[in-house]
Amino acid sequence: MPRYYTEEHEWIDVDGDVATVGITDFAQSQLGDIVFVEVPDTGAELSQGGDAAVVESVKAASDVYAPVDGVVTEGNGQLEEDPALVNSDPEGEGWFFRLTLTDKSQLDALMNAQAYKDYIADL
Amino acid sequence: MTESEQTGEDAVPTATLPLDAWHRDRGGRMVEFAGYWMPIQYEGIMAEHLWVRENAGLFDVSHMGQLLLSGDGAAAALEAIVPGDIAALKPGRMRYSLLLAEDGGVLDDLMITNEGDQYGIVVNGAVKWDDIGYLRENLPDHITLNHNEDYGLLALQGPKAVDALARLVPDVAALVFMQAIPAEWQGHAIGISRSGYTGEDGFEISLPNEALAAFADALCAMEEVKPIGLGARDSLRLEAGLPLYGHDLSPEIDPVEADLGFAVGKRRRGEENFPGAARILGHLEEGPPRRRAGLLIDGKVPVREGAKLFDGEQEIGVVTSGGFAPSVGAPIAMGYVPRDHAVPGTALAAEVRGKRVPCTVAAMPFVPHRYVRKQGG
Repeated sequence: MPRYYTEEHEWIDVDGDVATVGITDFAQSQLGDIVFVEVPDTGAELSQGGDAAVVESVKAASDVYAPVDGVVTEGNGQLEEDPALVNSDPEGEGWFFRLTLTDKSQLDALMNAQAYKDYIADL
Repeated sequence: MTESEQTGEDAVPTATLPLDAWHRDRGGRMVEFAGYWMPIQYEGIMAEHLWVRENAGLFDVSHMGQLLLSGDGAAAALEAIVPGDIAALKPGRMRYSLLLAEDGGVLDDLMITNEGDQYGIVVNGAVKWDDIGYLRENLPDHITLNHNEDYGLLALQGPKAVDALARLVPDVAALVFMQAIPAEWQGHAIGISRSGYTGEDGFEISLPNEALAAFADALCAMEEVKPIGLGARDSLRLEAGLPLYGHDLSPEIDPVEADLGFAVGKRRRGEENFPGAARILGHLEEGPPRRRAGLLIDGKVPVREGAKLFDGEQEIGVVTSGGFAPSVGAPIAMGYVPRDHAVPGTALAAEVRGKRVPCTVAAMPFVPHRYVRKQGG
């Protein structure tokens, strides 16, 4: 299952037409202690680069953008009770939402794991 | 993912403090604040915050302005621009006060210490240059005002601060809250007061720039002491109900609105001779139109600076500071609401991203102060 990354530090796992989105380990380490996550409602239509979710650390609120166009099928309800999952397992249990892709060609412009690793090394 | 909240200013190049390398060596994540690079956190804001409440945390507050004021009639000169009873401040004692604009608005909050032959004044880093200009403009020519840039300022805060600091300077154990002494450490002349801005017992230590790193090392070598960043400093002072200049205090707000009426001395109230006396005394007498109030947030959504406050459909106020409170275990905030709403128990709602979040006006502090006001008590 290929995983792609954005310059805004989201990751996206793609399985056929369905994808899972979260923020990267680098992102959570920069944010620090996560105290609240707001995920999109099921059925929300997201467009690439638009606001999709909000993640709040002790010090600040940050927007999470949609890495691609799609329709939300599920938000991660576990984050409501346990937002710290984003710190402890950002690229696993701490996923934010799932969506069905509406334009798979948008994936071509995203980074793969090695490209993202090189990208954050330069930040 | 992008942070929607910015810290710092971008008008002038960011300066470095004497302990810059010390912070970086210890893993401090540096951000721009008040024109300086300062550590926002080391291991994490939550852990650092809780450490200070249980142990002792070392804060570098060298960005703050340390001013020295002397000359005949210095107390009276100061009283022309602050509402406190400075004449009654005894040597070795310090007092929280406010620098007032002509209309009674707050230009800064500050600490004034009677050092015997002079007054020591500590002002906020972000406005220190404005303060110096305003002081010079409003002080008689024969009063000397010096900005002591050769000294840095450290704060050691928390219930174990006294044990740690007494190993280096034994005299500190005898101090009470808001008392200050000159002292010596390894041949350096230093100044220590039992004060701080976290709600905990603690001390502020003024010492020469060249001694800062060795002193910070000596403290952090002790098991009770860890370095603490600006992030936890902010959450600690918020829980302690203490206002932060530029957020909860501004030139548009007077001391009574800010719920700092205690800073208007009793004698001064009778004399009516401080800036904005008519407005301030009127607000003391009749109550201010709006007042700073604490807010407990219902649920987990942090309510931050700028959030509008509603009573039903009516917009009635605004949040000036807010965030997750680690010791409370929930989000808290402070803001300005009409006087009749500034009553604990009043149900309000805050607007966050277009949604209404229920909240309740609460008495401050949110976490009890633990100042040591009496020895042997």
